[in-house]
Amino acid sequence: MAKKIVIDPVTRIEGHARITIHMNDKNEVDDAQFHVTQFRGFEKLSEGRPFREMPSLMARICGICPVSHLVASAKACDELLAVRIPPTAARLREVVNLGQLVQSHALSFFHLSSPDLLLGMDSDPARRNIIGVLEEYPDLARAGIRLRQFGQQIIERLAGKRIHPAWIVPGGVSAPLSREALQQIQSEIPEMIEMTQKVLEWFRPTLGNFRDEIRTFASEPTMWMGLVTPQNTLAHYDGMLKLVAADGTVVNPAIPPASYQSFIGEAVEPYSFLKTPYYLPMGYPEGVYRVGPLARLNIVDSCGTPLADAEHARFKELPLEERHSSFHYHYTRLIEILYGIERISELLNDPEITSTHVFANAQANSYEGVGISEAPRGTLLHHYRIDDNGLIIWANLIIATGNNNLAMNRGVTQVAKAYVKGKDVKEGMLNRVEAVIRTFDPCLSCSTHAVGQMPMQVEIYDAGGDMVRELRR
Amino acid sequence: MAKKQKPTLATVWLDGCSGCHMSFLDIDEALITLAEKATLVYSPLVDNKEFPRMVDVTLIEGAVSTDEDVAKLRKVRSHTKTLVALGDCAVTGNVPSMRNPFTIAEVTDRAYIENATHNQQFPHLTLPKLLPWVKPIHAWVDVDVFIPGCPPTAKTILYVLTELVEGRVPDLSDKSRFG
Repeated sequence: MAKKIVIDPVTRIEGHARITIHMNDKNEVDDAQFHVTQFRGFEKLSEGRPFREMPSLMARICGICPVSHLVASAKACDELLAVRIPPTAARLREVVNLGQLVQSHALSFFHLSSPDLLLGMDSDPARRNIIGVLEEYPDLARAGIRLRQFGQQIIERLAGKRIHPAWIVPGGVSAPLSREALQQIQSEIPEMIEMTQKVLEWFRPTLGNFRDEIRTFASEPTMWMGLVTPQNTLAHYDGMLKLVAADGTVVNPAIPPASYQSFIGEAVEPYSFLKTPYYLPMGYPEGVYRVGPLARLNIVDSCGTPLADAEHARFKELPLEERHSSFHYHYTRLIEILYGIERISELLNDPEITSTHVFANAQANSYEGVGISEAPRGTLLHHYRIDDNGLIIWANLIIATGNNNLAMNRGVTQVAKAYVKGKDVKEGMLNRVEAVIRTFDPCLSCSTHAVGQMPMQVEIYDAGGDMVRELRR
Repeated sequence: MAKKQKPTLATVWLDGCSGCHMSFLDIDEALITLAEKATLVYSPLVDNKEFPRMVDVTLIEGAVSTDEDVAKLRKVRSHTKTLVALGDCAVTGNVPSMRNPFTIAEVTDRAYIENATHNQQFPHLTLPKLLPWVKPIHAWVDVDVFIPGCPPTAKTILYVLTELVEGRVPDLSDKSRFG
């Protein structure tokens, strides 16, 4: 008898989500679907707006990573201006982008995932949260809170406002970095580096405790995509969009931003408002790829800063097949925190960093612009077209979380197959389905997990569409 | 139970970006003080249960865009004493309502037909129904307190909550702004 299981709501992943698990006649898991149930229509509602509004408007896509949208949007608008922005403006944008990377990764790792990693996947759900971690591992929890604060304060000190700042604008940034803010940030860097290294020292040996999770958490090989520098190191603000096959061979060393549409397609599934990007030349779904910290660290030769390079070298010692496990998003997130802090330090040491020349004044000189950057969760793309009056006539967005849509679907199916047997759906399955999604850190799960556990409801339907069982927690 | 004597607090999220919830989190350590004065009983920030039978104060972020939003909002209103519209989307419709000049077909065609390369179609299976007009929450239910802002500052949110849980009516005349 075929039946389906519905998990609703999973969390608010760039909106609201639920999962359906379909069983076959033999009561085995056949397929799983990950539904995103919020639709807002930014690609259309921006039509008719002056292009200079776009960064501020697009930031409203997400209250957790507004800086990512500000950056990608402003870069698309720079293309419309057809100017090269002042080098200091580019560096400051990179600093604020990395500030967000650090705070977002810290939130994901410490607030959201560390309860599972420290207290155990099957531990008491009532205590399996950041408060529980604070009680048992106060140093680690405090490190997480402090690292998040460090990142948030960088955004506030440079951009004036933590959420939806209007500081990143087409042509550069609207105000230079003050000496005072510079010194404040610099004075905190040694402590942040030391803290992150301690967390890595603790985390590395615990990986041995998660053999099953590493084996089953969306571990099927896929291609990887992300921005890299010409030296093949990490590039979050700007770089070449590189695609690498599952075996490590380079599929495309530099997808040209202007012609990305010849390389990245977007598929629609009838059950989700979230589209599924794929590598167009390979078709759908063969063109599946993953993005985000795990993808980035799998495609670069090194990070580009000394301490992160040393840790990245350890990560690269893991067998290739293990480096495909989405469980290692956690490890790579920590390595990127270290990189982020080191790179912020490098950028701030530039003698021109407090230059007041941070804005290129120009009118629109081009009808079309594409901006690509790396958000904490992966590659983000904004693409606009304007008319003679500088009004938007068309927009296309490829959102970081969307890039992982197909892999998340497969990951949920893989975990469901491992943990759902017939009608007997165990509580541990719910947390593992939750945990596999959490490794990808889809956008809004952060807020859901800040203090508590993911709300979840599972409904089991028989072939006739009647609910035969309901689980709730 | 002593817990039950404290005022209860809930937060709900409709069609928004979670920025208002993030701003609420940015009250930082004041969360602990607030927790001494009130109990957070339902929120994306804490464990999910059915919406309680009666809650003293509920904050709603986001505009009303789908049939599910309407159903959720009506349920919350009937189980809440003081309902607060948190942020510009809840207060005015803000960014989500910018799709109102277009038809649903125009908006969804852009996303799922024009800007798609495979399986072009309107996603509809098991998904909520989009309403033709995105509206602020007071278009559907009575609202007791409005906090504008995109997002409202953490300070403003803390002020409103403190006043409400202590039984006073907040005066927002010099503490809020749109945008």
